[in-house]
Amino acid sequence: MHAESNKEKVSKKGGVSVYQEPRKEKVKKKRYRSEEKKDMISGYLYIAPFFIIFSLVGLYPALFSIYLGFQKWNGLSPMEFVGLSNFKIVLTDPLFWKSVYNTIVMGIMGTAPQLVFGIIFAFLLNLAFLKFKHFFRVTIFMPYITSMVAVALIFSVLFSDHESSLVNYLLSLAGVDPVNWSSSEWGTKIAISIMVFWRWVGYNTIIYLAGIQSIPNDLYEAATIDGANKFQQLIYITMPMLKPFIILTVFTSTVGALQLFSEPTVFLGNSAFTRDEAMTIVMYLYRDAFKLQSFGTASATAIILLVLITVFALINTSLIAGNGRKKRGENA
Amino acid sequence: MSKLEKRRSTPVSRILIYVLLSIVSLFSLFPFYWMFVMATSPSSAYNSIPPTVTPGSFLVDNFNKVLDKIDFFQAMWNSFVVCSIVTMVVLFISSLAGFAFAKFKFRGKNIFFTAILLTMIIPPQLGLIPQYFLISKAGLLDTLPGVMILFFLNPLGIFLMRQYISESVPDELIEAAKLDGCSNFKIYRSIVLPIILPAFATLGIIVFSAAWGEFLWQFTVLRDPEKYTIQVALAQLSNTQNVDFGMILSGVFWATVPLLIIFLLFNRLFISSITEGSVK
Repeated sequence: MHAESNKEKVSKKGGVSVYQEPRKEKVKKKRYRSEEKKDMISGYLYIAPFFIIFSLVGLYPALFSIYLGFQKWNGLSPMEFVGLSNFKIVLTDPLFWKSVYNTIVMGIMGTAPQLVFGIIFAFLLNLAFLKFKHFFRVTIFMPYITSMVAVALIFSVLFSDHESSLVNYLLSLAGVDPVNWSSSEWGTKIAISIMVFWRWVGYNTIIYLAGIQSIPNDLYEAATIDGANKFQQLIYITMPMLKPFIILTVFTSTVGALQLFSEPTVFLGNSAFTRDEAMTIVMYLYRDAFKLQSFGTASATAIILLVLITVFALINTSLIAGNGRKKRGENA
Repeated sequence: MSKLEKRRSTPVSRILIYVLLSIVSLFSLFPFYWMFVMATSPSSAYNSIPPTVTPGSFLVDNFNKVLDKIDFFQAMWNSFVVCSIVTMVVLFISSLAGFAFAKFKFRGKNIFFTAILLTMIIPPQLGLIPQYFLISKAGLLDTLPGVMILFFLNPLGIFLMRQYISESVPDELIEAAKLDGCSNFKIYRSIVLPIILPAFATLGIIVFSAAWGEFLWQFTVLRDPEKYTIQVALAQLSNTQNVDFGMILSGVFWATVPLLIIFLLFNRLFISSITEGSVK
């Protein structure tokens, strides 16, 4: 590219006399060096805003949280170093383990079906003969643009405890007794999982659809000629080719599921922090910090959460990645 | 090939697929419809068996009850201000940094870029408590800037902008401008910016809607009803002993309708913003 611009310059100033050539070269070289320096300064200057804001509201709080995890602090009196006792308090608190259990159960019920249905929906939406493709795509995606608070409120009415709530009424038609969706062990979890599923399944469908559209068509053509039906194509072509997209969604769903907070908090309203049926790890953290003013244990919980997120994200993504490798090995 | 395909997918299986997709669409749309039904029905409608499934005439009444409980318009405005400023700041920071990463040579460039990507893995809850005290020390508790400042961090934005700028802004153009004596910032303003406007639309949607829907941080920082954003205000609706479902869903309805309209108008842009944001 430099060569090109040089050429341009030469052709522009084609009439310049031969004696001036060497001097011009020198000037250009000098300018080049100062240009490089300028670029370097601009480079640092332009990336600086992110790093300044990050060190202030990202890095410093994260490090301070880790420090706080070893302190006893109610937010007012001076901090007191307590070693690992915050971790001990949290890890021996049955409520903490209940919140871990709740988070994992709702995480599995809310996200695993999303990934399965997302792939199926994306596959169907990509079928060549399908009409109204765009309509289906827009409707399936629509729930994603509603905020989590809005979703939780809509579902809190759909799934209210009343006999006359829509879901309980439909269940009564099937002969099932009304469920206490906001106060029973499984009722809350099922209702919250369904709302998580409802809001996110379209999002994953759209990502899988983009992935499917990046698969070359001749693979399907070849399979069709070889006599593979649509279901076989889904299993043997679409799924393996989608792997990078599946890894991405498994990763984001795992991280997102472990951070569940808004949906149960808003869904349960008044009783969010007093009942334990749907208390998640982040709700436990929030309750310790902002309801009980126990910032040390809350910070310890935050550190444990970081570890849990890292471990689960690694396990889940490597499970998916490893699964594919095994399959490929079998084929070979 | 087309013959083969025709033979394979029989009309019956095609009809099945249409039926299935229609059920999925209904599943997606029904809660919206039902929100409208409830928002227009008197609170007594909720106790009727079988449940009401057609809209009533209480649209205005229910909304008036919402206005009694929360300052709806103030909250919508607060959210709008927060999200607009956040979007503009993020677009500016991201495009400037993306420009630097895409077109300049400087020492440690790759390390800095990797560092930015790595910041994405820090869960937002880790720093929540110190962030709260930081904002409180700075006197920004219960203020909109206090809400905004966390949203200014957007590593994904820098990543997308770098990608887009290195693909769509030709090096020759920048070289030529330099020869003409343009400063780097002038190049950014008059060459890079016009070219990346389409990417601004994509990233803008991602940033705006993420900030609009975020709850934990806003819920933590805002305690003064005057300063509530719409998410925090809506969450207050169900926070009473005598829940009035018509009133609650009326609030949700009026907070959601503007978004729905914008989404339906620009749905292609919305959907492509998701795929670009995550597929790259």
